[in-house]
Amino acid sequence: MKYMLIMRATDETFQAFQDVDFNEVMAAMGRFNDELIRAGVLVAAEGLEDAAEGVVVDYSSEPPVATDGPYGETKELFGGFWILNVASKEEAVEWAKRAPLAGPGSKCEIRRVPSIDEFPQDNEWIQKEKAWREATGQL
Amino acid sequence: MADTGGREAVAAVWRIESARIVGALARYTGDFALAEDLAQEALAEALVTWPRDGAPRNPAGWLLTVGRRRAIDTFRRRAALDERYAVLAHDLGEDGGTADIHWDPDQIDDDVLALMFISCHPVLSREARVALTLRVVGGLTSDEIAKAFLVPTATVQARITRAKKTLGAARVPFEVPPAEERAQRLGSVLSVVYLIFTEGSSASSGDRLIRFDLAGEAQRLARVLTRLMPREPEAHGLLALLELTAARFPARTGPDGEPVLLEDQDRRRWDRAAIRRGRAALARAEQVGRGLGAYGLQAAIAECHAVAESVRATDWDRVVLIYEALGRLAPSPVVDLNRAVAVSMAKGPAAALPIVDELAAAGTLPNSHLLASVRGELLTRMGRTEEARADLEQAIRLCANERERVVLERKLTALG
Repeated sequence: MKYMLIMRATDETFQAFQDVDFNEVMAAMGRFNDELIRAGVLVAAEGLEDAAEGVVVDYSSEPPVATDGPYGETKELFGGFWILNVASKEEAVEWAKRAPLAGPGSKCEIRRVPSIDEFPQDNEWIQKEKAWREATGQL
Repeated sequence: MADTGGREAVAAVWRIESARIVGALARYTGDFALAEDLAQEALAEALVTWPRDGAPRNPAGWLLTVGRRRAIDTFRRRAALDERYAVLAHDLGEDGGTADIHWDPDQIDDDVLALMFISCHPVLSREARVALTLRVVGGLTSDEIAKAFLVPTATVQARITRAKKTLGAARVPFEVPPAEERAQRLGSVLSVVYLIFTEGSSASSGDRLIRFDLAGEAQRLARVLTRLMPREPEAHGLLALLELTAARFPARTGPDGEPVLLEDQDRRRWDRAAIRRGRAALARAEQVGRGLGAYGLQAAIAECHAVAESVRATDWDRVVLIYEALGRLAPSPVVDLNRAVAVSMAKGPAAALPIVDELAAAGTLPNSHLLASVRGELLTRMGRTEEARADLEQAIRLCANERERVVLERKLTALG
């Protein structure tokens, strides 16, 4: 079973992290990632660049409106993710608890990643996506 | 609120921590069998306490502390002045002994590796090695192991109890074997992981979902092993073989669960990410040097199939070469038979027939339908219909698997 662990932080978390030595943050995250690798469960992981460099597209009007960062509220923004291959949702939760994300308002969201095989296989768009996944090794 | 440390949460912690808890307790008490008992007692206590009081802040530390207290109790019961007890009591100190819970990664690696070698010790039966590995290194419960192998839980428990007694009687020390023994013993570790995988991947009977989980657990164990023994080419070779084999799972069965032969598989359904991981593992096996072993060579054959667009486009010359190497390294009539099939694809059926005839003359596969079925296939392609019919009929007689028999009967009918 694949699960995505999605980091979420707040302005306060980021502020708190500013005060910590960058090497310490790197080391804490590195140790956690190493644990995941040692346990044979890590499939993929990426961090995201500062939300201030991001853009939000708002669909509440037609046409949608694009706004550059920074945003008023960062607490619902993702900071990065891990994809783990584990035996159960509880195991994914247990790993998430060990992630070095401590900070005011910090959260980690855990979502199952369904396989493309769970979608209707006779759908032409699913077929097309499978072809792309095959060509690019994303299956 | 869901997050109160229910049974599933305890099980999740256990899966992640069991190997190091057993390992730390074994290092601490110097007694593997006792350590495993203590760890199980700690787990049992967690299953009662956590759902009631909530999970502790440091679950691993909690389990280890309980295990250590039980160790002290055990030694106290055995003999108040037991030398080991005195040592333990000294180590335990005032704080209940959680001080060194901040594990030293090198020490943990050694512990987990030692557990793997002990669980796969040659004094144990194959069944016992499998059960003990899944329980001690994989963190599976006796129930889960029983479900995966379609045997009663009591059987699994009896196997584990007997295995621990055997290890105790043989005075197996808790340690990674010395270098001169390691190569030999590694073979046993790898074969146990491979056995777990094949049990999980043979979807012939039982609850297939659980068995695929078992194959996944074998892949995880192989990944752990390659991390622990990065200088062992066969650990990488085994991981490569498992990844490349598992990559075909999605295409290996049809809508009704019937097996689909390699030549008929929809290769678009193969798991490209698994193929990529498998090829990377194979490349690491080659980088280590010292040549590929039996697992690495089988992985190399699997890679030939994985990168080919079709059966026809497969590099059969290379497959033949690898089968020749495999036959020299691990001679077996089944390898020879597979080589014959590869030769027939590379050079035509006439070139392959002598290999098959030699195997038939040697009488090495007397009760297998495979030899007759391959011979029948070759003769069919050569147009020697009457002889082909005789072989296919024999293959059908010998074939115990109903699904495969249907395929053979279809071939026989096609002869007209």
